[in-house]
Amino acid sequence: MYVAVKGGETAILNTYKMLAEQRRGNTDYLELSVEQICQQLKLSVDRVMTEGSVYDPELAALAIKQASGDLIEAIFLLRAYRSTLPRIGNTCALDTARMQLDRRISATFKDLPGGQVLGPTYDYTQRLLDFTLLANSQSERTESSPKTSAPSMPPEQVPRVVDLLNQEGLIETFTCPAHDPDPIDLTREPLRFPADRATRLQNLARGDEGFLLAMAYSTQRGYSHTHPFVGEVRLGQVAIEIEPEELGFAISIGDIDITECEMVNQFAGSKTEPPQFTRGYGLAFGHSERKAMAMSLVDRALRADELGEAIESPAQMQEFVLSHSDSLEASGFVQHLKLPHYVDFQSELELVRKMRENNPAEHAHSQGPT
Amino acid sequence: MSASYETAPEVNFAYLDERTKRMIRRSILKAIAIPGYQVPFGSREMPLPYGWGTGGIQVTASVIGPEDMLKVIDQGSDDTVNAVNIRRFFERTAGVNTTTRTHEATLIQTRHRIPEKPLVEGQIIVYQVPVPEPMQRLEPREAETRTLHGLAEYGLMHVKLYEDIARYGHIATTYDYPVMVNHRYIMSPSPNPKFDNPKMHMNPALQLFGAGREKRIYAVPPYTSVESLAFEDHPFEIQKWPVACTQCGATDSFLDEIITDDSGSRMHVCSDSDYCQTRQDEQSSVAT
Repeated sequence: MYVAVKGGETAILNTYKMLAEQRRGNTDYLELSVEQICQQLKLSVDRVMTEGSVYDPELAALAIKQASGDLIEAIFLLRAYRSTLPRIGNTCALDTARMQLDRRISATFKDLPGGQVLGPTYDYTQRLLDFTLLANSQSERTESSPKTSAPSMPPEQVPRVVDLLNQEGLIETFTCPAHDPDPIDLTREPLRFPADRATRLQNLARGDEGFLLAMAYSTQRGYSHTHPFVGEVRLGQVAIEIEPEELGFAISIGDIDITECEMVNQFAGSKTEPPQFTRGYGLAFGHSERKAMAMSLVDRALRADELGEAIESPAQMQEFVLSHSDSLEASGFVQHLKLPHYVDFQSELELVRKMRENNPAEHAHSQGPT
Repeated sequence: MSASYETAPEVNFAYLDERTKRMIRRSILKAIAIPGYQVPFGSREMPLPYGWGTGGIQVTASVIGPEDMLKVIDQGSDDTVNAVNIRRFFERTAGVNTTTRTHEATLIQTRHRIPEKPLVEGQIIVYQVPVPEPMQRLEPREAETRTLHGLAEYGLMHVKLYEDIARYGHIATTYDYPVMVNHRYIMSPSPNPKFDNPKMHMNPALQLFGAGREKRIYAVPPYTSVESLAFEDHPFEIQKWPVACTQCGATDSFLDEIITDDSGSRMHVCSDSDYCQTRQDEQSSVAT
């Protein structure tokens, strides 16, 4: 006999309890501290800060801990936290030429002012499982890495590759629009189409790394052609400055780690523009090269309209890319299918039955073979 | 049990900050002024996932007051998991009184159903909307559909309905059945079964629709015309059942089929749990 489903609240409270137990795991082992996550899972923290749109390693690490390491869930927690915070003001535009560089590479020039700085990267590692880490000890390589390799420290100010190209006039330049208008804040205003580039970049910066990676990859496989070169990837610390109205000059409020990518793309020219190189731009908090590079490829593809290119591929379509890039929107809507749909399904049941009644072929079939 | 889940966090009344509520109320007022028009709004990231009622929650949070009596239903029932969760959210953040009785509620948040008991003047019903754009499956580009609405150019939708009739002999849409509001805008009724569409027409209550993920709010003011699209020779029809509710005997309510054993035996029960329970209570009081 059917029993009405009651007591949902108790069941929900029980899920909290089981979740907390699952998150903690076997209590014979020490509990992971937020500081350990900050220090030892830095790349996770960086991704959560980037897509969570909050630069706060401690909060990001807390979110990762609370989410049992599910980064999309952690991003959700951080976004929900940030949602009702007041907005105090805008910072000045970052000057990445004044970055304190940890890493800087260019694929377009063998050598260039400031040089190639490899910095911390998995790029040149051989991906062999390091069983010394399993044995809970430091691997020899990291122990022996001399902290005093200062001679290769890059100078204070390293010009950006695109600025070097610009001296020849070979690359497009952007002049700051009149009065330097504040960009739209996508966390306060809805995305509208067509979206300008500043809005698109904001959407991409918050966008899911996996989605952007796949979209970027598609541009390399014939779904739009952008002929990209990494002009430059740079990673390091940059000062955040604000200019309070009553002060009239900029003051630094701290440094943040960022990854910046300038992608340089061939452009055959148009009726109004001579042949030159065009640019795609990517920026992420912390050390997030994959994200910054994917973002720069997608940014360039989305400029098809502005550059007079045919819009034929998904990566070039604003509505396709920007409406589906957000992991919270996507994850929420995909997973909402877990919610009850009894009523909708009931309606569909009735419809399918009705269609089968009206379909003589199906009807004969349902009678069994004759 | 983790304490953080048990205690109400330090948040504003009904979670949202007052500036955000004002922004949402302005959007609601605009929506009421242009019945059926989708007003873009600065949807916030809520502590519940997109697609799980964040639009409805933001609308409810913006119009709820301490004196309100809130009812939350999902699929017609007060006891489904998401309805329980949203009701708890407002109990914790707004401390309002809640009810399962449709006639006691001043504010009803719903997903996929309109209560069977007719709503009255002064009540507000807030619908959770997953896809506010009725033409999205026909034309996914929002810039295009916006223009179509602006021009009241609805040929796309009429052709779709016509093609259904040509292929199947009837319109093959059973829920989220498009409606024309105030003779001007085609609107998604949210994925209510078409059974509920006639209830929206000239309803004395204020009907508000919130789509959080898609960042749109729209509204049907009290006593506004809401017509389900149809053709003269293929008039609009609602679902009918050849059986009555097993629990209360109702023949005028939306019935859910419930599978009762391994061999697929079925029974039919009202989807509106309050309607069903009220009828059962009345029957038992008459019997005693």
